[in-house]
Amino acid sequence: MKHFFLASILAGAIALPAAAADYSIMAPAAPGGGWDQTARTMQTALQTEKISNKVQVMNVPGAGGTIGIAQFASQQKGNPNQLLVGGYVMVGAILTNKSPVTLKDVTPIARLTGEYEVIVVPASSDIKSVADLTAKLKANPGSVSWGGGSAGGTDHITAGLIAKAAGVDPTKVNYIAFSGGGEALAAILGGQVTAGISSYGEFEGQIKAGALRLLAISSDKKIEGINAPTLKESGLDVVIQNWRMVAAAPGLSDDQKKAIAADIEKLAKSKTWQDSLKTKGWIDTYLSGPAFEAQLAKDIAATESILKDIGLVK
Amino acid sequence: MSTFEFLLQGLASAMLPMNLIYALIGVTLGTMVGVLPGIGPATTVALLLPVTYQLDATGSLIMFAGIYYGGMYGGSTTSILLNTPGESSSIVTALEGNKMARAGRGGPALATAAIGSFVAGLIATLALAFVAPYIVKLALVFGPREYFALMVLAFITVSSAFGNSALRGLTSLFIGLSLSLVGIDQLTGQNRLSFGVPDLLDGIEVTTMAVAMFAIGETLFIAAQGEQAPDKVEAIRGSVWMTASDWARSWKAWLRGTVIGFPIGAMPAGGAEIGTFLSYATEKRLTKHPEEFGNGAIEGVAGPEAANNASAAGTLVPLLTLGLPTSATAAIMLAGFQQYGLQPGPLLFATNPQLVWGLIASLLIANLMLLVLNLPLVGLWVKLLTIPKPWLYAGILVFATLGTIGANPSVFELGMLLVFGLVAYVMRVFDYPIAPVIVGLILGPLAEQQLRRALAISQGDVTTLVQSPIAAVLLALAAIALILPLILRFRGRGNVLSQMAASED
Repeated sequence: MKHFFLASILAGAIALPAAAADYSIMAPAAPGGGWDQTARTMQTALQTEKISNKVQVMNVPGAGGTIGIAQFASQQKGNPNQLLVGGYVMVGAILTNKSPVTLKDVTPIARLTGEYEVIVVPASSDIKSVADLTAKLKANPGSVSWGGGSAGGTDHITAGLIAKAAGVDPTKVNYIAFSGGGEALAAILGGQVTAGISSYGEFEGQIKAGALRLLAISSDKKIEGINAPTLKESGLDVVIQNWRMVAAAPGLSDDQKKAIAADIEKLAKSKTWQDSLKTKGWIDTYLSGPAFEAQLAKDIAATESILKDIGLVK
Repeated sequence: MSTFEFLLQGLASAMLPMNLIYALIGVTLGTMVGVLPGIGPATTVALLLPVTYQLDATGSLIMFAGIYYGGMYGGSTTSILLNTPGESSSIVTALEGNKMARAGRGGPALATAAIGSFVAGLIATLALAFVAPYIVKLALVFGPREYFALMVLAFITVSSAFGNSALRGLTSLFIGLSLSLVGIDQLTGQNRLSFGVPDLLDGIEVTTMAVAMFAIGETLFIAAQGEQAPDKVEAIRGSVWMTASDWARSWKAWLRGTVIGFPIGAMPAGGAEIGTFLSYATEKRLTKHPEEFGNGAIEGVAGPEAANNASAAGTLVPLLTLGLPTSATAAIMLAGFQQYGLQPGPLLFATNPQLVWGLIASLLIANLMLLVLNLPLVGLWVKLLTIPKPWLYAGILVFATLGTIGANPSVFELGMLLVFGLVAYVMRVFDYPIAPVIVGLILGPLAEQQLRRALAISQGDVTTLVQSPIAAVLLALAAIALILPLILRFRGRGNVLSQMAASED
């Protein structure tokens, strides 16, 4: 509550808004993470582009977003001014935490951004390519330790998918979960783990500085400016992206839903938003309407199956 | 240009009158918001970061540096005066600081915290400027097994530093360790001891626990004594300022705190609170006034506060040199830097020297501003303690509750605050120390995760734990810390220890 209060005082002091609050965005994570940054970037863009006069961001951290989504679904029913930021990690967390509230209990509006996963090794490693890595993995799955983000998250899922595609039992994957990209990066740079797996942005600086060797990227096609083969080109049929989305409250009328979707479309096409994507290195993966809903259903099904394969979901 | 010239240039631009005003505004805002319990530096910076967007790059970096240091310092004020630590790194400050405040020595406690923060901030910021690339190499050598060894050392030195009865201390520690098991297991993503309550999935929030244990438990304890309670709170006894002996006892603690805090802050998985624990344990071992520990020893405030601020600067080492945000605060700073198209990382010092040195110069200026702002306020703050007791404790309850809800808006969190407040009350009645509970809650998961990571990497080979020289040395130190006092006591030569401590000077 105090967050709200302080934030509104501060926002008021800076922007001197003329009208009442339009949107309140919940970031179901602590300040600083990807969802929080997405929410705050949306806030800036919505205000700068005058799509909304006043936007507040509220953090409800915990359990891969499942705490936030549960609170959002129960408290904001039918409220057209509330938005929730979420993403692929939430899909996995809902499954592993057996969350009673799922993405079905909110109104997904659009996918906004995404980041592809990359596989790296320290520059000093004798692993030069994905082929070297899979050879080592096939010989002894446990000997390849993968450093990445939280258990059951995108990084972990990617490691599982790679093992599966290489014909290795995914339950044998020696995945070492770190509490954040930063800690994982330190372990990779320090040579504590064999390989690292995370979104490209986490490793970009180190790859450019030559401290990490980029083996492959999880995109469908090669990305301009990133000098690495895709996993597909390396012989592993894995395509995955860590996407982020925005959802609205449950129980909205079709008109309310349309109005929100229109605002989000304006946001996604706006110059401020596009500029922020560039500075942050996020890829524009804007997708809305039935196409997004179909993609979401597909992602949820695929995630459930791989989490079962890894053994995180029974 | 050389390092030094860049720094001078940065200082010159930071010294412009307008920029000094920005620094002052930043420090004031940061301290004001940081003083609210439950709002730690991370939240403070997140809330206030948008304010800086309106300024040019230099101005906003300076204001930002002010907010950061202000937020770090603000937490210690409430710890000392109201016994409600705003974040985990100021928990230790509450231990001795609040005892001092009740004995009428709130002024010196606040002053030693402010000056200690300044000294540590100054040294650590200079260290950031000159040795960051070397420190970061050292930090990267630390892998899971080294961290585990560090945690073992912390457990042993710290748990022996709390309370007089080892059994009671250990009991408290194990309560904390058990509570630390609650929530999603980091390494497998599975739930432990959450009993289907979604609010428990992320474990028990350390700040909620700290506020419950310190503020609520204490308020209940005082209230339960009713009219018979001796009115121990004495606002001011002697000088509001530090005496010569306070200075003499503080300065070495500041320096030791800085030396402990900076490298631990620079470690990607270190965390500010571990530095404060180790500093407290060190001061308790080295002091010439062991009887004062637990009753308001000034070293116990000076050292941990210095360690806290030094580790705040240490956090910037991996952030600036590797682009590694190792704390929530650092992650928010990273977002802030990106506003100027600045990508922290290995190339930052080469590609954006002006901004980097501008930031370092801003930190130095902000640090000075913090001292300028806070020393005069000490006299005002201690007046808080002259508020009649029922009002004061009612106020503490309001602040503690507001802070908890502010940080985590949920009814369940509030329930936990009250339940653990009751637990703390019972522990106080039966004379169990409460600090080890918090230590267990913080260090338990760290030690467990690092041990499991180390064993997973070695595929179950236990000898990996002693195969790295650093881990072996740390474990050996821990063993010595555990066994030496036992041997000495066994031989009836316990006084050797105090002689050793005395000869340190």
